[in-house]
Amino acid sequence: MAWLITTLIVVPILGALLASATRNYARGVALASNIITAIGAFLLWQSFDSTLPGLQLVERHGWIPAIGAEYLVGIDGLSLLLVILTSLVFPFALLAQSRPAGDRGFCALMLIMQAALYGTFTAQNFILWFLFYEMSLIPAFLLIKIWGGEKRDRAATKFFLYTFLGSVAMLLSFLGIYFAKGTFDFAGLANLAKNGDLLTGNVKWFAFAGIFLGLAVKVPLFPFHTWLPDAYETAPTGVSMVLTGTLSKMGVYGFVRLLLPLFPNEITTMAPWLLTLAVCSIVIAPLAAWAQSDLKRMVAYLSINHLGYCMLGLFAVTATAARPLVEMQAALSGVFMQIFNHGITAAALFYFVGLLEQRRGLRGIGDFGGLMQRTPLLCGWMSVAMFSSLGLPGLNGFVGEFLIFKGSFAMTASFTAAAVLGLLFTAVVFMRAMQSLFSGPLVETSIAFPDLRSNEKWVVIPVTLLMFAIGIVPQFLLNIFNSTVVQMTRLFA
Amino acid sequence: MSSWSVTNLWLIPAVPLVASFFILILANSRRRTAAALAILGQIAALALSITAFLPTLAAPGFRSVHNFTWFTFGDQALRLGWVLDPLAAAMMIMITLVGLCIFVFSVGYMAGDKNLTRFFAYLSFFSGAMLGVVIANSLLLLFFSWELVGLASYLLIGFWIDRPSAAAAAKKAFITTRIGDLGFFLGMLWLYHSSGTLLFYDQGRGCLENAGLLAIGASATFIALLIFCGAIGKSGQFPLHVWLPDAMEGPTPVSALIHAATMVAAGVFLVARVYPLFSLGAVNGVTPSLTVVVWVGVVTALMASLIALAQVDIKRILAYSTVSQLGLMMVSLGVGGVAAGIMHLIAHGFFKALLFLGAGSVIHGLHHEQDIRKMGGLRWTMPVTFLTYAIGMMNLSGVPFFFSGGWTKEEVLHATAHWPVSALPHYLMLAGVILTALYMTRQIIYVFFGSARSTDFESVRPREFHSGEAATTTENISVGRTGQRPVFRAHESPRVMTMPLVILALCSILFALVLTPAWPWLRAYLNGESTHVVFGSLIQPVILLSFVLVAAGIGFGWLTYRNAGETDPLARTQPGLFRFLENKMWFDEIYERTIIAFSRILSRLTDWLDRYFWDGLVRLFAGLGQAFGVLSKGFDDHGINAGVDETTSGTRGFGRLISAAHSGQIQTYLGAIAIGMLLLLVLYAWLG
Repeated sequence: MAWLITTLIVVPILGALLASATRNYARGVALASNIITAIGAFLLWQSFDSTLPGLQLVERHGWIPAIGAEYLVGIDGLSLLLVILTSLVFPFALLAQSRPAGDRGFCALMLIMQAALYGTFTAQNFILWFLFYEMSLIPAFLLIKIWGGEKRDRAATKFFLYTFLGSVAMLLSFLGIYFAKGTFDFAGLANLAKNGDLLTGNVKWFAFAGIFLGLAVKVPLFPFHTWLPDAYETAPTGVSMVLTGTLSKMGVYGFVRLLLPLFPNEITTMAPWLLTLAVCSIVIAPLAAWAQSDLKRMVAYLSINHLGYCMLGLFAVTATAARPLVEMQAALSGVFMQIFNHGITAAALFYFVGLLEQRRGLRGIGDFGGLMQRTPLLCGWMSVAMFSSLGLPGLNGFVGEFLIFKGSFAMTASFTAAAVLGLLFTAVVFMRAMQSLFSGPLVETSIAFPDLRSNEKWVVIPVTLLMFAIGIVPQFLLNIFNSTVVQMTRLFA
Repeated sequence: MSSWSVTNLWLIPAVPLVASFFILILANSRRRTAAALAILGQIAALALSITAFLPTLAAPGFRSVHNFTWFTFGDQALRLGWVLDPLAAAMMIMITLVGLCIFVFSVGYMAGDKNLTRFFAYLSFFSGAMLGVVIANSLLLLFFSWELVGLASYLLIGFWIDRPSAAAAAKKAFITTRIGDLGFFLGMLWLYHSSGTLLFYDQGRGCLENAGLLAIGASATFIALLIFCGAIGKSGQFPLHVWLPDAMEGPTPVSALIHAATMVAAGVFLVARVYPLFSLGAVNGVTPSLTVVVWVGVVTALMASLIALAQVDIKRILAYSTVSQLGLMMVSLGVGGVAAGIMHLIAHGFFKALLFLGAGSVIHGLHHEQDIRKMGGLRWTMPVTFLTYAIGMMNLSGVPFFFSGGWTKEEVLHATAHWPVSALPHYLMLAGVILTALYMTRQIIYVFFGSARSTDFESVRPREFHSGEAATTTENISVGRTGQRPVFRAHESPRVMTMPLVILALCSILFALVLTPAWPWLRAYLNGESTHVVFGSLIQPVILLSFVLVAAGIGFGWLTYRNAGETDPLARTQPGLFRFLENKMWFDEIYERTIIAFSRILSRLTDWLDRYFWDGLVRLFAGLGQAFGVLSKGFDDHGINAGVDETTSGTRGFGRLISAAHSGQIQTYLGAIAIGMLLLLVLYAWLG
């Protein structure tokens, strides 16, 4: 079944070609393509042996041997997790997005982005990985620029240039590594790093800084985040969902796949600074979210906060020289869970904000009031997503955050203690939002709101059930990446 | 039998939770089904609690656990479990019994509400979550249920969601308790880190058993104090007590549930459950963490009973009395009287539910009037409510002999008397007894004695019972004698509401049977000791002392408030003090102007920094890039481009020259090739 990964990458591209060729069936083609990729992802999950560490279903072809470029794709637990996440978020986003003008182009670009994401999460050679990584950027840029809301030109340009600058820094670092070591292979590089002869002296630090910058922008980590609120705010609902649900995971994935294995000791040296940035993301982002009046911008800031938990867990793994296996496993498992949970929950939150915007035409926090009286179902389901996001036990967010905190507390207690404040501020933000949206007297402009329509229910119910499932019986998700976690932590111990 | 009860202990919280789920998906019009489901769920939970309770009687100190793996991560398993011991069993019975009374009462009280199904769904959820707290054998499972309790209280306090004040109170409750929960969460992480397990009891390896406690060692003080933060938030202790009085915005049965059976009881229960962490390394029963518990309790108890003196809302007085009683329980736990604290918690559960439901009956009868200054003379119009309320009041005031509240308060005072650190808590708690009797007397005089103080009400015997949201039905309003203002007719509540009152009143009296020093069964049961009957110990000097104190409080109250009019006697004699207490010592205002204002400023500041500083830096870089672009363009236009223009014209000239060279004459080409070869050879020789 080694061809399965390639199929996943190719199908959306074919879908994109087909979608742009048809006049009226673009949406249908996009959904059909997503059904196929969903089946593909499911088959991938079935043929993946979760008890084995290491790469599986590897497909390898020579490409440009002169520069060490290969077509090398394969999955481990983390890759599989992200492939599944991508396969879930994209159909969800397509269903959420009402048809814009020029739907053909919209669908085609979404599908290309999807293909790029599949590629990014499965490629095991830097050149190939980087190609996919950049390939996702262009559709995202166009989607914001063409279908975005107010100030879309500015936001799109900012998004593109900012991320692109980071990518250039990362590319330079990798070229440096390549010229020193002559390989682009992830596994090979990780082995070199483990034996301590990846790079030496200042070059090592330049390489580290370049890769760090590229990924920190992508995640984003404070203070490289200022592109995000603008981009998420202006992007159309479906695109915001994809941006936060999957694109931001490329950054976290990069940290796990590249920075952590290649520079574990550099992270240890820089740990106080890196952890400070992570804690800033966790604490400052929800504070800023509290000050927002635009719901989408508010959710965008909370996205930074949630990815901050991932960063905290990741940096904590190698923060100290003493690395107890137990705690590293907890932190890393938590990070992986959080990656998945945030993808689902943040996408759902953007979806609900989109529903409100559809009904009202505005999305200011003060533009609504007393909705519970008019649309109890919408409010109820939206509250579930909000409570999931603020980490209520029983819903998906809690498990991941608990594991991250458990792991990082053992290794960096003081930073973890500071980060806990993020849990409080997130609650404040959501409480304020719920109060002003759902409670109080029904405002006049909301009187004619329809409650959840049946097609909307079909989107909401599966996602919410997934949140409950992960929150109550998380084992099925943990199984996907457990051996990978064990293998990675052994690498650092 | 016992093993079945233990392995299936999860059913006890699960039954109300499942009931809640089914009620939630019911149509809004299926009101009777909803109420029936909720009550049946509660009855089932009560029955299961009793079956679980029976085996714990088998031997003193019975404890049985059932642990299981929640999930595995890496090479390890995260295990949860439930525990059946006297503490859990006693709490379960209290929660389900009190809960059942409140559920039944709600059928009458909420009869007119259009969201009745949702109400019962939330109630069941609340009860289930609280039962989860009680049976948890893992701090994580306890925290899990604890947060669900918080959610349930949020939903119920804000149940009348169209009222902005209710929504604000719900938000306040959630956020204030979450502040405490941050500490709890950190304490849990620390405990997990140092002991390697969150299970309380696990065949000697649990974190409350010897091996676990040994591993924790000196950090136990910090862990205990962090966990205590959670209890401070949930149990409304100083300084996080501010949410509890505001929680009165919820419907009265909710207040009863929050203040008696669930929510606030969770904090006290938590301290009792993880007591070995608090008492680890105790010298003479004193540890730093327990000392903190005592003083927090003392401050809370006194502060709240003083504030209660100056409140005019019938429910708020009770709310502050809860805060003060919880403080008393904390003191009891802190000085080492764990059993006494839990006994008082259980007794308090009965009589506080009784008082709140009684207040609900009054409010219902008076068409949603809550100001005690406007009440009066209700002892004739609402006799059942009056009698049961008086029993509740006697319990709360601590009248000895006949009332469970009196005996348990006695136990607590007894425990404080022997605290080696300081005698002050004991005397302050004795003062608290007088204060409690005083404010309860004030309340009961205002509500039930004298004659109606407000012309809005007519205290006459009811001709008919009214059910439903009385304030919204016009049939209850008759034109008063003045002919100008409508006068509401106060009436006794329907039987569905008075029956729970009677049952709770009986419980609060009969419960005393297992509390007396003659047969201190409950204390022995909780402490895991055996007991026997000694009638001689029924009369003790301490009892006489507290009898005197209670009598003084009630007597003084009677003299002071007997003829009180609409202005409070305290307000007349001590206006400054009264204002201070009436405004709840300005805690809300102080928090609003300090912590909350500071956080708001911080939030605006971060937003501003984000927009102008961090983004400004980005824009600065972009600007620099642009400036470089403009410079390059200038250089391009005037430097390179000019050069290119030169070059192009040069190229054309060169081209003309070259084309001239393409003469087509072979000898010229050969000559050129020869020269070229020569040049290459020279170059090769030079470089190579």
